Amino acid sequence: MATKTRRPSTVEKKLIGIADVVVDAAQRRRDPTLAIPVRALSNVTFNERRGLIEMGKRKQARSFFNVAMAKRFMQTVLVADALAELQRANLTTSLREIYYRTKHTIKNSHENTFDAQDESDPLIEDLEVTLAALREELHVRAENRGSVVGPLVLADDGDTVNCARLGKGGYSVPSIVEPEYVQIRRCTADFVLLVEKGTQWNRLSEDKFWRRYNCVLLTGNGQPPRGVRRLARRLHEEYELPVYVLVDNDPWGYYTYSVIKQGSINLAFESQRMAIPKAKFIGLSSADPESYGLPRNVGIKLNDKDIARARELLSYTWFSKKPWQEEIRRMLASGLKYELDALANKDFQYLTKRYLPRKLKEKDWLD
Amino acid sequence: MASKAAPRTAKKKPPKRTVTKPTRIAAKPAPAADKPEPAVAANAAPTAAKPAPTVTAVEMGARQRDISVSEFFTKNRHLLGFDNPRKALLTCVKEAVDNALDACEEAGILPDIVVRLDVAAQGETPPPASQATRFRITVTDNGPGIVRQQIPPIFAKLLYGSKFHRLRQSRGQQGIGISAAGMYGQLTTGKPVIIISRTSARAPAHYFEVQIDTKKNEPRILEKKQITWEAPRGTQVTLEVEGRYQKGRASVDEYVEQTIIANPHVKLTYVTPEGETKEFARPFEQLPASPREIKPHPYGIELGMLLKMLQDTKSHTLPGFLAGDFSRVSAAVAEEIVKTAGLSSRTRPRDVHGQAAENLYKAIQTTKIMAPPTNCLSPIGESAILSGLYQQIKGEFYTAVSRPPAVYRGNPFIIEAGLAYGRGPEAAEAGAAKKEIPLAEGESHDDDHELARVIRYANRVPLLYQPSACAITRAVLDTTWRNYGITQSRGALPAGPMVIVVHMASVWVPFTSESKEAIADYDEIHKEINLALRECGRRLGAFLRRRERAHSEFRRRNIFELYIEEVVASCNRLKGGRLPTAKLKDQLQKMAQKLTGGARTDELMGRNGGGPEGLPHSIIVTPDGVEGEVPPGVVAKA
Repeated sequence: MATKTRRPSTVEKKLIGIADVVVDAAQRRRDPTLAIPVRALSNVTFNERRGLIEMGKRKQARSFFNVAMAKRFMQTVLVADALAELQRANLTTSLREIYYRTKHTIKNSHENTFDAQDESDPLIEDLEVTLAALREELHVRAENRGSVVGPLVLADDGDTVNCARLGKGGYSVPSIVEPEYVQIRRCTADFVLLVEKGTQWNRLSEDKFWRRYNCVLLTGNGQPPRGVRRLARRLHEEYELPVYVLVDNDPWGYYTYSVIKQGSINLAFESQRMAIPKAKFIGLSSADPESYGLPRNVGIKLNDKDIARARELLSYTWFSKKPWQEEIRRMLASGLKYELDALANKDFQYLTKRYLPRKLKEKDWLD
Repeated sequence: MASKAAPRTAKKKPPKRTVTKPTRIAAKPAPAADKPEPAVAANAAPTAAKPAPTVTAVEMGARQRDISVSEFFTKNRHLLGFDNPRKALLTCVKEAVDNALDACEEAGILPDIVVRLDVAAQGETPPPASQATRFRITVTDNGPGIVRQQIPPIFAKLLYGSKFHRLRQSRGQQGIGISAAGMYGQLTTGKPVIIISRTSARAPAHYFEVQIDTKKNEPRILEKKQITWEAPRGTQVTLEVEGRYQKGRASVDEYVEQTIIANPHVKLTYVTPEGETKEFARPFEQLPASPREIKPHPYGIELGMLLKMLQDTKSHTLPGFLAGDFSRVSAAVAEEIVKTAGLSSRTRPRDVHGQAAENLYKAIQTTKIMAPPTNCLSPIGESAILSGLYQQIKGEFYTAVSRPPAVYRGNPFIIEAGLAYGRGPEAAEAGAAKKEIPLAEGESHDDDHELARVIRYANRVPLLYQPSACAITRAVLDTTWRNYGITQSRGALPAGPMVIVVHMASVWVPFTSESKEAIADYDEIHKEINLALRECGRRLGAFLRRRERAHSEFRRRNIFELYIEEVVASCNRLKGGRLPTAKLKDQLQKMAQKLTGGARTDELMGRNGGGPEGLPHSIIVTPDGVEGEVPPGVVAKA
């Protein structure tokens, strides 16, 4: 009874649209085809005025009656079906659960609809961009990977969470932090410090760095997940807090920073909600080993992959500013990369007591 | 040298006196003499450490004497294939069976052989076959039998036989095998070789117990008598040897199985030590053409051999010798050779020595002489290989190739190859049934990476050891199987359910050792094997391509049929179950048919009939039946 009175949500309507594509094509004796925006470097542009990576207009056709694409087409429809089911039941789920939900052996055969999760994950991203729906709107969660501590009070599911009173561990950032799920009640911090590595975040949290410098400490344990990026963006937008990013000194660290700042190539369409164009790169810079007297022996030799990635970064328009070109070239010239952890070589608390205070005092960061 | 040696011997004299038996003619000086000492040191010499006792040439001469072949092989039994008990058991069986088959074939009798392995009890109760260390091997044939006088030397004298001195294709070639097996038995168990032989129903059967006198390489008869024997004709050999019975690769069982593949004209009964009797019926009721004996071809002869032949010949003139003692040398060619060598036609062969002989040898090499005759060879033949393979190995595709004769070092030879592919139609169907089980993540359908099995033969005898040293294995490895749709990793055998059989028939097979385990890698032989394998590969490739094309075409349509169900069901759920599903399915299916061409697929799958696919000397087995050259009466292995 309830289903009859319930109105389909906008997202559900969009998902039903996939079925309409098939039905319409069949009626007109055409090959059912989906137009999916291309998610690749070739189809993104850097909007310098807005400081964002934006998705271009190129689309790829995915047709059913094409041997190479038939299976993916079938899988796409299957995933759309599963996502619509979530909408109707008003549940959220993980990527892996979508995979299991849609996996079965096709009737009269020994073939599985999906053999591994890496077949279904990109289809969800395909649907996100095709339907212009966000992952949260599709009710798909990412992992809860990320923590926050600091003078920040949140409301989550009716519970008040005071991030200043959560000990060393902090609050685990959920993957969906949209205002309808998580509300920011109060924030008295002066800035946000986003740390790439959990170990360094633990160091700062243990040393109560955030209390001394009045900041929000965030980490994503590697490439920050959507929840962390979105929370940082909301603090930046709603409380006008500057965001500083602390990453390893290697090409992957630079790219992590650039994703936070301008958005990623893969999900460029989400940049406008996620990116923080004013985020600053506080370290570890390739100039730091010299200015902070880090010995050469705590560096790690750049491998071939590192060098290739660094060269790629040099060619990205959003790294074309002169200081950035210098930064990357300096790393390539030295032939070494440095982990944040290497600072412990000087002192266990070097990061808290010396490195960050000096950086903040000297305003030594890259834009 | 002499000037240097003189002062040294003078210097050495004082220490020499201390030696028990000083001799002036000592050729081998004591070790101390190796270092020339300065003159001043000479006085100190008598006080130096006593040198090791020396051995004089006379003493050494006293020890130098003949080594008999038997003694040599007693010490070097690994050269004959008796390195370990397991291999020794196989070698003994092999030698006995080879002799039996050679004898039958030469006498034009269809062989009927019984091979019996028994555990020889050393105590009260015999141990189980897998634990036993002593076996009694009995091989009985229905051959022509052996005359009484020849029995002892054949079985108890090394390098005695009929096959070494003539150029004729046979299994044995050296006259070592069976007597070496007997010697091995004698060495490990002390038991003699027991022979029963009868030449005809009217003649009596002779019973012999013989041993070899290893010093003299002469037979020693322990017992001889006439007995009554149920068989009208034939020979039975019994050997008791130390051995190990183990199944699997290079086992007696494998040897028997492979012998049957290459000798489909043989009826063989094999009684295993476990008491099981395996009967191999004769699928091919035709004796292979009897090979002829030939004279050596001039190209295959070396200078030393030529010199010996010059001395031994009965001819009185050089051209007569050349034309008479060699094959393919006509009177005209003989004259030409003699002229090229700058010799006179009237020269007596006996008088050709030294430089003249060398010139003659060179002249032979430069003169164009026809290739040796090939009627001395008896290949197995394509249809016999096919029936052997078909009977012994399960598969879906069989093919066989016989190459035309070729020559290496003046010896004619023929290469034959056979190939069986697949696991048989039943296995293919069973595999399909197994695939119905849904697969978990990380599983895949074809998890096995089985490599092809290579079966090697030389003059119809399977070669079971040293595969990597053999020209056959090398040729299989460097054939590009990928061209024929077979996967092959670098430097490895081709992968897949495949058996490759290669046979070399020749008047003289160049083995790498006396134990006849591998064929030497002559370029001419290697090339011929390659050519035969390529032809087999081409036919297999054609077969596989056709299967694959039909299969993929069928799959293409199948894909859409399968996916249409899924897509329609999903769309229906998306639309809240209000979709006319039958109509949508029908519309999509019509499009699928139009796009992939349904009728043609059926044709390609052979559903409308179709012949044996135009491949020569091949058999194709499908679940529906067998197509191709199956000889009548041949039954596939159950």
